[in-house]
Amino acid sequence: MGDVIFEWACKGAGLFVLVLLGAIIVELFIAGLPAFRAFGLAFITSADWDPVQEVFGAGVSIYGTLVTSILAILLAVPLAFGVAFFLTELAPPWMRRPVGTAVELLAAVPSIIYGMWGFFIIAPAFGTYIQPTIIDTVGELPVIGALFQGPPFGTGLFTAAFILAIMILPFIAATMRDVFEQVPPVYKESAYGLGATTWEVMKGVVLPYTRISVVGGVMLGLGRALGETMAVTFVIGNANRISSSLFGPGNTIASLVALEFGESEIGSLKLASLLALGFILFVLSFIVLAISRWLLRSRLKA
Amino acid sequence: MSATTIAPGPVKDAAVALALGRRRRRTDRMVRALCLGATLLGLAFLASILLTLTWRGFEAMSLRVFTMVTAPPGSEGGLLNAIVGSLIQALMGTAIGTPIGMLVGTYLAEYARGSKLGNAVRFVSDILLSAPSILIGLFVYQLMVLPFGGFSGWAGVAALAIIVIPIVVRTTEDMLQLIPNTLREAVIGLGAPKWRMIVLVCWRAAMSGIITGVLLAVARVAGETAPLLFTSLGNNAWSTDLSKPMSSLPVTIYSFAGSPFEDWIALAWAGALLITLGVLGLNILARSLLRSRI
Repeated sequence: MGDVIFEWACKGAGLFVLVLLGAIIVELFIAGLPAFRAFGLAFITSADWDPVQEVFGAGVSIYGTLVTSILAILLAVPLAFGVAFFLTELAPPWMRRPVGTAVELLAAVPSIIYGMWGFFIIAPAFGTYIQPTIIDTVGELPVIGALFQGPPFGTGLFTAAFILAIMILPFIAATMRDVFEQVPPVYKESAYGLGATTWEVMKGVVLPYTRISVVGGVMLGLGRALGETMAVTFVIGNANRISSSLFGPGNTIASLVALEFGESEIGSLKLASLLALGFILFVLSFIVLAISRWLLRSRLKA
Repeated sequence: MSATTIAPGPVKDAAVALALGRRRRRTDRMVRALCLGATLLGLAFLASILLTLTWRGFEAMSLRVFTMVTAPPGSEGGLLNAIVGSLIQALMGTAIGTPIGMLVGTYLAEYARGSKLGNAVRFVSDILLSAPSILIGLFVYQLMVLPFGGFSGWAGVAALAIIVIPIVVRTTEDMLQLIPNTLREAVIGLGAPKWRMIVLVCWRAAMSGIITGVLLAVARVAGETAPLLFTSLGNNAWSTDLSKPMSSLPVTIYSFAGSPFEDWIALAWAGALLITLGVLGLNILARSLLRSRI
C-alpha cells in the first residue's frame, strides 16, 4: 500500500513537471494571441514598435536577440575552449581545482551584478577607450567597417554581446572540460607516442572525438544567451530601431519585456504583444536547448 | 652534423625535418600561451567584478543598510525590507520547490530508468533548468497576478519555486544513481518495501549531495531578478505579508542602480555586494560539502 502511494507521488511530481512546461507554452501563446490576431505573421518581421499608434512588431527585438547572442557565442567559444584546454591538459594538477572553481563562480554571479558591472565599469571603458580605437581602425575598412561605425556610446549591441559572452563562458567551458576528460587516455597516449605535440593531440584526437558534445555545449551557451535579461537590459541602450552598426543601441526580446512590461496596461494590445514576444523567445530557446541536449545525449550513450 | 640526431621518418631532407619540427613546436607553444591567456582573462573578469563590488560596496556599507527600510532619495534609508523580503521569498521558494524536485528526481532514478515517460520528464526538466527565467515570471504573472488581482509575495515565491524544481531534480537523480545497486538489493532482501528502501536508505545515502543541490538552488534564486519583476514587484515599505507586493534585494538593486540619485546608487552597490557575498559563499559551501563527503 505504502509502495503504491509513494510511487504515484513520485510519478505525479514527474507529470507535474511535464504539465508545467506545457502550461508555460500554452499560457504565453494564449496571452499573446491578441497580438498575433491583430498583426498576423507580419508581427515576427515588422520593425515597428510604436505604443502611441498601437502598432507593434517583434522584428527589432528578434534582430537584437539574435545579433547579441551570436556575437556572444563568437566571443565566448574561443575563450571557453582556451579555458577548457588549459584546465584539462596544460595546468599542473594543483592548479586545476582552484581555477576550475573560480570559473564556475563566474557562472554563479547573479545576472543583475553583471548588469551593474557592465553599466558602471565596462560601458564607460568601452566608450572611452575601446570603441573609439575600433572605429578609427576597423571602422575604416570597406564592407565590414560599416558594422563598427557611429558614435561610441559605450552601451549598445556590442557591449551587451560582450557581457553575455562573459556570462556564458563558464557554461561552455564546463561542458567542454567534462567531455575532454571523457576521451579515453589510450587515444591520447597513442598520439603522444607518435610524437604529436599537445596541440596536435587536441586538434587531431580530442576535438574530433568530442566535437558533437562541444557543439552541444556551444548550443547550451546560445540557449542561455538568448533569454538573458537583467545584464542586457542595463547595457543594450534600449532603442526600438535596427541600427546598422554593432555599436548602436538596440533591444532584445527579454530586455524589451523587462523594460516595458511595467508600463503596459492590463488588457492592452501592448501587453499582449509583450507576451507574444515571450512566446517567441520560449520557442527559440526551446529549440536551441533541445538541440543542445540531443547533441550532448548522443555522446553519453556512445 | 645534426642529421645524425634526427629519427628516420617520412621527411628525407634533414633540414626540412628540423624546420618542420620547429614550426610544430612553435605552434604548440603559441596555442598554449593563448589558452593560458584565455584563462587569465576569465579570472581577470571575475577579479574585476569582485574588486568593483568590494570597493563600491564597502564604501556604501553602514549599519543603516541593515536597520532601515528603503526611503525616497535624499532621506536616510537602508535595505532592511529588501533583505528580509529576499530571504523570505528565496527560502519559501526553496521550501516549496525542494520536495517536488526530490520526488521527480526519485521517480527518474528509482522508477523510470529507461522508460519513455521518464525520458520525457528528464528532457523537460533539463529544458526548464536553462529556460529564460523572465518567461517564468510572465507565466506566473498570467497564472497568479492577473486572476488574483495584484502583485504578491506568493507569486514571487511560486516563480522561484519553479526555478528551484529542475535544479533539485538534477542533483537528486545524479546522487541516487551513484548509489550501488547492491545496497538496494540488500535492503529489499531484508524484506523492506521499496518506498522504505528509498526513504530510509537511498535518500539518506544521497543526503549530502541533495543538500548541495538545495544550497545551489537557494543561491540561484536569491540572485534572480527577472522573475520577480512581474510577480512580487517590490515594496518600499516594511512588509512581511506574502499576499501583498514584497520587496527583494535584486529588484531593489535594479531600480536603484538605474536611478539618477547618488545615494540610491550607493545603496544598490551595498546590496550588490551583500547578494554576491551570499551567493558565492553558498556556492563555495555547497562545493566543499560535496567534496568532503565523496
